[in-house]
Amino acid sequence: MSALAPPGPEATRPAPPRNALRHRLAERGVDRTLLLLVPGLLASAALFCYPFLYGLQISFQPKTGGFFGSYRAFFGNSFAVGSIGITFKLALPAAIINVGAAVPISYRMRKEFRGKRLLLALLVVPITLGTVLTAEGIVEFFGPVGWFNQTLHALGLAASPVKLTYDYWGVLLSLIISGFPFAFLLTNSYLSGIHPALERAAATLGADWRQRFRHITFPLLLPGLMTTFCLTFVLAFAVFPSAMMVGDPDGRTHVISVEAYETALEHFNYSEGSAIAMVMTALMLAVVGVAMGLRSRLYRGSTGGKG
Amino acid sequence: MTVQATPATSATKVPPPTAPRARRGITLRPGAWLVWGVLAVFFLGVFGVVGSVVLDSFGQTWFSGWAPHGYTTSWYGKAWSEFNLGQVMTVTIEVSVLVVAISLLVGVPAAYALARRDFPGKRVVSTIFVLPILVPPIAYGIPLATVLYKVHLAGSLTGVVLANLVPSIPFVIFTMTPFIEQLDPRLEAAARMCGASTRSVFLRVLGPLLLPGMLAAGILVLVRTFGMFELTFLTSGPDSQTLIVALFSAVFSAGIRSPQSIDAMAVVYTASMAVLLLVALRFVNPTQLVARSSN
Repeated sequence: MSALAPPGPEATRPAPPRNALRHRLAERGVDRTLLLLVPGLLASAALFCYPFLYGLQISFQPKTGGFFGSYRAFFGNSFAVGSIGITFKLALPAAIINVGAAVPISYRMRKEFRGKRLLLALLVVPITLGTVLTAEGIVEFFGPVGWFNQTLHALGLAASPVKLTYDYWGVLLSLIISGFPFAFLLTNSYLSGIHPALERAAATLGADWRQRFRHITFPLLLPGLMTTFCLTFVLAFAVFPSAMMVGDPDGRTHVISVEAYETALEHFNYSEGSAIAMVMTALMLAVVGVAMGLRSRLYRGSTGGKG
Repeated sequence: MTVQATPATSATKVPPPTAPRARRGITLRPGAWLVWGVLAVFFLGVFGVVGSVVLDSFGQTWFSGWAPHGYTTSWYGKAWSEFNLGQVMTVTIEVSVLVVAISLLVGVPAAYALARRDFPGKRVVSTIFVLPILVPPIAYGIPLATVLYKVHLAGSLTGVVLANLVPSIPFVIFTMTPFIEQLDPRLEAAARMCGASTRSVFLRVLGPLLLPGMLAAGILVLVRTFGMFELTFLTSGPDSQTLIVALFSAVFSAGIRSPQSIDAMAVVYTASMAVLLLVALRFVNPTQLVARSSN
């Protein structure tokens, strides 16, 4: 507990020549309390910033090919570059489906009804599954002899088994199973921050539910939805274990994280592996940046609720 | 393929157990039915996925048909010895506890400073803390693993703990900052005015007030570390694998292993995760992780 106490006033900050400077700094919020940030910043610098800059540096130092050799090797290899498209083809639909389904369901969940707590608890269950059980389960449930295809067969809906596993669809399903509860919980908490009185006021003015949703709830919810979209997208974009286990890692689900992992730690080409990691980061930040840029143009005032 | 009827067939026809009954019953509009229908399909999928694995882990053999031929619990014993689960569990617990302790020790003071002070460069500091949450673990895990290999820490428990700290410290900071913002600064001012030193303000005023938040953040970090695959996978060696990584490796070296014992291990993982999450839910309301409650 003693670590909570701020370290002494020594070191790091030069002793102020006059008391006045110290006071002037304190007025701007700079005082000894800020020393509490030091351990966190040191940890971030040592474990995140330094490795990242180191990775950036070795990505420009390939064994062959000069300064941009690793990037040229990656972008020159159509199979490797294809992984970018594959990742987006998985992550965008997954994020859109998860957020899209979360809105109407959490809209319904605003009302009180019997079994609501049970329903909330059930929605949390998939978070506990972990990638391996999800992957094994998808292989067994949606596989050619699994319950899913047997049901389709018994109902006469499909003559031959539908191929969902070891393919694109298996990975998409696993992204939905693991991502939807997360998207739902976030959306639900944003929605519960919007005070119902706003909608009721609109209702007294004669707005039907469609108008209320279109003009009141949705605009207030949209900033939260953007954040949810970003976080779900980050999760889906980083897909790795399920792409290996239920997907087809050498073909239709050769996502960029598989490419980066294989290059760096299976072929021991750290330079190109780091280059791919940098490309991955840049893409990720670009998407988040666009979403946040759009978000900053939206209404950001009080939603009248708990928020 | 002919099959006999079992509960599983009828399950697809029965209305979802979760649909609201009674009160609104017949007045539900088509839109509402559609929503509940989609939710029911989702739950059927999840139950199918979980059910197949759990049933298989108790089954003797299951190549086709609706259910395994005969049941046994021997796969659990086999999984325990085959995968050296005792050692894996010890590592998992060691890593999780260390990560929770260190990230709280480092994260809470930083969260305090961020919550209480408005200083030049605050945005830069916040950005540094938010980046590890935004960047995919694989993307910074690969350079991090490279650095850890260079300093001979990769493959060891220390390396795994260090790697897991990267997203955990920011996570603690971002869950604790709003929590600390809710505490009235006048409490500290009052304590100081009564002559309390910085140390006793922290130990006797802030500490007890922060404890619930620290507990919640700690449990959430525990759940995250327990389930963190990528970072542990990239930095662990044979003796420092956590449960989820050991599971993944088992699937990929599956040649000689029976799928049932992998399933048994996956069930063990999910059961422990469920216990952790249940404990977490006692302290954290999941629907309020974002919208702050007013108390």
